[in-house]
Amino acid sequence: MLRIITDYGGLLLVAMGRTLLLALLGLFFACIIGLIFGIMSVVHNRPCNIIAQVFVDAIRGVPMIVLAFFVYFGVPYLFNTIIGGFSVTLTALQAGTICLALNCGAYMSEIIRAGIQSVDIGQMEAARSLGLTYAMAMRRIILPQAIRTMIPSIINQFIITLKDTSILSVIGFPELVNTAKNVQANTFMSFQTWAIVGVMYLIVITILSRSAKRMERRLNVDR
Amino acid sequence: MSTDNTKQENKAGTGEVRIRVRDLKKTFGDLEVLKSISMEVHEGEVVVVIGPSGSGKSTFLRCLNRLENADSGVVEIDGTDINARGVNLNKVRENIGMVFQHFNLFNNLNVLDNMTLAPVQLSKCSKPEAADRAGKLLERVGLADKAGSYPHQLSGGQKQRVAIARALCMQPKIMLFDEPTSALDPEMVGEVLQVMKDLAADGMTMVVVTHEMGFAREVADRVVFMDGGYIVEEGTPEEVLLHPSEPRTIDFLNKVL
Ligand SMILES: Nc1ncnc2c1ncn2[C@@H]1O[C@H](COP(=O)(O)OP(=O)(O)OP(=O)(O)O)[C@@H](O)[C@H]1O
Ligand SMILES: [Mg+2]
Repeated sequence: MLRIITDYGGLLLVAMGRTLLLALLGLFFACIIGLIFGIMSVVHNRPCNIIAQVFVDAIRGVPMIVLAFFVYFGVPYLFNTIIGGFSVTLTALQAGTICLALNCGAYMSEIIRAGIQSVDIGQMEAARSLGLTYAMAMRRIILPQAIRTMIPSIINQFIITLKDTSILSVIGFPELVNTAKNVQANTFMSFQTWAIVGVMYLIVITILSRSAKRMERRLNVDR
Repeated sequence: MSTDNTKQENKAGTGEVRIRVRDLKKTFGDLEVLKSISMEVHEGEVVVVIGPSGSGKSTFLRCLNRLENADSGVVEIDGTDINARGVNLNKVRENIGMVFQHFNLFNNLNVLDNMTLAPVQLSKCSKPEAADRAGKLLERVGLADKAGSYPHQLSGGQKQRVAIARALCMQPKIMLFDEPTSALDPEMVGEVLQVMKDLAADGMTMVVVTHEMGFAREVADRVVFMDGGYIVEEGTPEEVLLHPSEPRTIDFLNKVL
């Protein structure tokens, strides 16, 4: 155990850094995707509603490992070979970010939709009755109120996404799990290696959810 | 205030037509809520709409600023047909204040921001001007000290007075009230009605849905009784409330008085 920490500790820490980087990138784009599709699912426009619904259903209906293979191998193959004439290559980080963003984005969109719908319809009506546009009312009145109810679910989704980065080890991005596999192969100490990796995830996620709890409490105080 | 005796044309000579509704129809699925409503409201007039629950009073009011889309018929506000294609609905709404039964103050904003958000966003005036106007209005409704309070810190009566002041901050030409006192504890009804009376005395054009018969008697220029999707009877408060001629009106008044 000690040998793994002294010999490979630095390596594992760097890998954890990459895990966090991947998660943050994925989350960032997931927020944008979630906001776009979340709003598309609540506006009074049938085509928008349907597009948002199809997106969410499609992503939810496909395991992320399949999505990862599809984006990393399938999409470049489509452009380079099937259509031809393109030279598309995706790095593992790019493909991983896309996967996480799509996957988490679909769930975020559902969270945002539910959050918006939880705000009393009277808030929108009052805003519109004053002459404010739909977009102004959304931005100034509805979203700020929706965010509060969404925060616990968003944090939960962030934690799930952080864990989901491990799935992207299959496309060779050297995040924590991928790196740990190499450590195990070099040392044959699988029990120790995976125990250490497990504890590393545990520590990071615990810190995250604790500080999230604190933030949530603070938001509720000044309500 | 001169009281003309022809029912429809109360004060017709005194001001131009602000609201003209012709053969308004509205259905929700199979439910025909408004079957054919026609009405005119003149500048400075106070029209009180009464009727049993579910008779379509709120729906009618909401058709006047198109919170509800009419199925057919014409709603003209200051000569503009608001159901026409290409009409700038937001511009129309800027001139029509609406007060709701459940106040609908913006929960994430304090009283001052509730009032100044729309005028500032819609470039009606600068932020300091809006704040200045809001301050004066708050004084008028007796809440000068509440500018920094959030809605959850106010009583029902205070919320409703802020809601009225918020609508007035847009300097509308018409005010619509949908049962503004129905959600209030009895001891708070008076303070809200007083603000509305002052507003009427200032010459505001108002359409008020209410069960407060005292207010109707005292303030209304015209009382409209709605039932079954039609206007059953209308006239001066005296005519409709004291000497109703339609059996359905008599029946309704017997129940509420
Ligand atoms: N958005 C809607 N969808 C379906 N039905 C509706 C909708 N809004 C109102 N209704 C129905 O239309 C009828 C008239 O409603 P409305 O709210 O206009 O009545 P009201 O006269 O204001 O009644 P109250 O005194 O209870 O407020 C009711 O039967 C109501 O259930
Ligand atoms: Mg009603």
